Amino acid sequence: MTGRIGIVTFPGSLDDVDASRAVARAGGHPVPLWHADRDLRGVDAVILPGGFSYGDYLRCGAIARFAPVMAELIPAARAGLPVLGICNGFQILCEAHLLPGALTRNAGLRFVDREVRIRIEANRTPWTCRYRPGQELTVVLKSGEGAYVADQATLADLAAAGRVVARYCGGDPNGSVDGIAGIASAAGNVVGLMPHPEHAIDSLTGPGTDGLDFFASILSPATA
Amino acid sequence: MITADTVADAAATPDRGQPHEALGLTGTEYASIVGLLGRRPTDAELAIYSVMWSEHCSYKSSRAHLRQFADKAPPTGALLAGIGQNAGVVDVGQGYAVTFKIESHNHPSYVEPFQGAATGVGGIVRDILAMGARPVAVLDALRFGPADAADTRRVLAGVAAGISFYGNCLGLPNIGGELVFDPCYSGNPLVNVLAVGVMRHADLKLARASGTGNKVILFGSLTGPDGIGGASVLASASFGDGAADGAAAGREQAKRPNVQVGDPFMEKLLIECCLELYQAGLVVAIQDLGAAGVACATTELAAGGDVGMTVQLDAVPLRDRNLGPAEILMSESQERMMAIAEPHAIDKFAAICAKWDVPATVIGEVTDTGRLIMTWHGEVVVDLPPASAAEGPRYERPLARPAGQDRLQSDDPARLPRPGLVGSAGGVGAPLRADLLALLSSASAADKTWVTEQYDQHVRGNTILAMPHDAGVLRIDEESGLGVALATDGNGRYCLLDPYAGAQLALAEAYRNVAAAGARPLAVTNCLNFGSPQDPAVMWQFAESVRGLADACAALGVPVTGGNVSFYNQTGAKAIQPTPVVGVLGVLADVRRRLPSGFGAAGETIMLLGSTAAEFGGSLWASVIHGHVGGLPPAVDLAAERRLADVLVAGAAEGLLSAAHDLSDGGLAMALAESCLIGGPGQAGRYGCVVTLPGDPFTCLFSESAARAVVTVRPGAEPEFTRLCAARGVPAIRIGVTGGQALEIAGCFSVPADELSNAYRSTLPAIFG
Repeated sequence: MTGRIGIVTFPGSLDDVDASRAVARAGGHPVPLWHADRDLRGVDAVILPGGFSYGDYLRCGAIARFAPVMAELIPAARAGLPVLGICNGFQILCEAHLLPGALTRNAGLRFVDREVRIRIEANRTPWTCRYRPGQELTVVLKSGEGAYVADQATLADLAAAGRVVARYCGGDPNGSVDGIAGIASAAGNVVGLMPHPEHAIDSLTGPGTDGLDFFASILSPATA
Repeated sequence: MITADTVADAAATPDRGQPHEALGLTGTEYASIVGLLGRRPTDAELAIYSVMWSEHCSYKSSRAHLRQFADKAPPTGALLAGIGQNAGVVDVGQGYAVTFKIESHNHPSYVEPFQGAATGVGGIVRDILAMGARPVAVLDALRFGPADAADTRRVLAGVAAGISFYGNCLGLPNIGGELVFDPCYSGNPLVNVLAVGVMRHADLKLARASGTGNKVILFGSLTGPDGIGGASVLASASFGDGAADGAAAGREQAKRPNVQVGDPFMEKLLIECCLELYQAGLVVAIQDLGAAGVACATTELAAGGDVGMTVQLDAVPLRDRNLGPAEILMSESQERMMAIAEPHAIDKFAAICAKWDVPATVIGEVTDTGRLIMTWHGEVVVDLPPASAAEGPRYERPLARPAGQDRLQSDDPARLPRPGLVGSAGGVGAPLRADLLALLSSASAADKTWVTEQYDQHVRGNTILAMPHDAGVLRIDEESGLGVALATDGNGRYCLLDPYAGAQLALAEAYRNVAAAGARPLAVTNCLNFGSPQDPAVMWQFAESVRGLADACAALGVPVTGGNVSFYNQTGAKAIQPTPVVGVLGVLADVRRRLPSGFGAAGETIMLLGSTAAEFGGSLWASVIHGHVGGLPPAVDLAAERRLADVLVAGAAEGLLSAAHDLSDGGLAMALAESCLIGGPGQAGRYGCVVTLPGDPFTCLFSESAARAVVTVRPGAEPEFTRLCAARGVPAIRIGVTGGQALEIAGCFSVPADELSNAYRSTLPAIFG
């Protein structure tokens, strides 16, 4: 583990600067990855950041899934490379079929930027190993299409296999089924998260530092 | 191929009639164009003059007054670029410069709220980008008709969604602004957007073409038939009679093709593309395409650099091949920029544009002829001196103090029944309490989360304070903590009663808000929203407001750096209240010293700064409780504002204060309630307070005397802060302490936190869902 965390910039990515800052704050080395390059630059893990990749035209994440960098990322993720998709990144992971289900319009049909409480349900992923199961965090949710949906069989599988990584607590902000805020792949290395931990790393610019351990987790010896 | 009216045709057919009136030009203006050219204009030239000489682009009715902003400007070393550029640029220290400007998109936002507001964001952001800066935030100052009116729901929901859609997709945090409801804005909503950008001093760009042989490059979206005549036909004319009612609003729908359609994704690419072009040193000059599109960008770049230019209009890449030269010139298709680059740099320029998937086309060349010459498939369709289009006519419109002004000013709110002075079973306290809750739940004062929650305020990770705090605060440098604060304010009621004082009070409030965040106010931008300049009463309001604002800027030592005039905000003969909206920019040496507006800890001393008199003219209390607007607005004391700001900035910088909130609409009562409701920064929580009023309870609670603020003092710092206030001559009185779960006015009333919160937070959701 060299602590080199790749952060992909698609056209329309917005929170790539924030993800880089969070990685650096946690002690890692952010490595910019460009959507048009079929090159992961030998990183130890990859973050797909928030934003509106390709304008979210057609469907959130639907075009980004076909970017050249994804042609490298998808097989690497299937082979175990840790990947964290935040917000638009989560949508891209679903479109790429690295995670099941989909993100749809918020129940209120409006974009919501709000500090939310989430509860960590699974810490056996490389992105959450520094949290305790049941630990509650305050992070920032900011999305218009953040309502997680999946069919009943998938939901049952996710629950049974402990793949629900985080749930909203203290009120449902967007209509996600079962209050799901984040899920993991079957192997656990790929995690999608609708709220933004990278906006909760400093009480000066966000609700506190609760989100920092997502980035510290991937850098911790346990992960390596 | 579309055949065009050429210069040769124009010379050969001098008597051919032209539709100048339909394009918004008067007969006299048309005659002077003929005089300037020595022949009738071609259709393309007429298109250029019609948009460039529109009120929106030429400021023909306002320039005679606006010059006071320059003539009376206070001496300052902080201005790197000022009025007349795309946006003002201010030195904020450490080699950084900040550019900011506010602009209106009022008419489009009534006709088509979503796209009108969205493209309003896009337009002002391109102005900031054109100065060489990275856009870093927006604020929006919004005014609508009554919150419960049916049409307000259409307009507000669309405007908020449009701003959210465009700003969020650009990755720009929205950090502040205003939301006001008043019947005067029915049919004439105000959508003013302020954008701010950051650059290093050396990165400053200007819209001045230079270098004979340099290329003119149009890049960004393709040109389509959208927004044609937006500047002239839509932005520079009043709506018809009764547009506020449903049937007439339908007639305004006919103007929908004049509204542009936004593509924020393309604008995001354009931002990154431009910043990379700047970094590579490939841009000689640059101009955004906003109102009046290619016509405006070419004439202003050429006139700004005092050079000539040739343009091949048939080289402009089109989305619709049926467009002819006049339509291409007038199109307001969004997300386009025009740059001047040296011939040897064109390949690198094109490569960077290709990297960002931004179409770029060379459409012309800088010349030394001093003429702007445009061709269409080899034939000359435009040949004119660019300055003649860029400068436009100038009018000294007649002005007259409105007939009813004396009656309005003599309608003293002292005659209104006051709570506690009439008989009441619960003593003085119960009616005062009821009035506080009525103000707190009134649409203009209530919690704005329904709107602001739709905006991303966190993206880029540098937002230190945003709504509902007094000012938005952004970090500029992560190492040093250097930051800026911004606030916008305006008060149509004050301006209606006295436009000179009202404009000064708008400035004073924005200035005070910035200081309350702990920032030293540096510079001003303004968006002047008025009715028709052809109405002498409106013109008087405008002239008085500009005079008041220019005088106040001089007194406060903060120059106007740029802004925008929006006339014709009227329906038939009924104009909006005069509404100058003022934006103030301030600087903080270290954002860690910023002051939030809410109480963030228990047991802290609350002090009231400034002097309180019985001033209720145009107040929120008179408006909400009695539906009354009359008398005179609060007295203006700019020297006191300056002293107050000094104390707030010093108190913040020296770590003596923990919070500050300015007093404005609703006076001390609203300020205390908001401070309890807003709470501290981050997860600091919310705290009540116990306050003892230092005089007549009604006046103490609801008077809107200016130059006041409430602050909380850090434990142990009270003696030092009191000395600071005394040394600067700012009246300061200890009125209470934070803590508890209620807003308690000792001996008067108490409102539990839950009741306070319900009153404040339920109004807009109940109306808008």
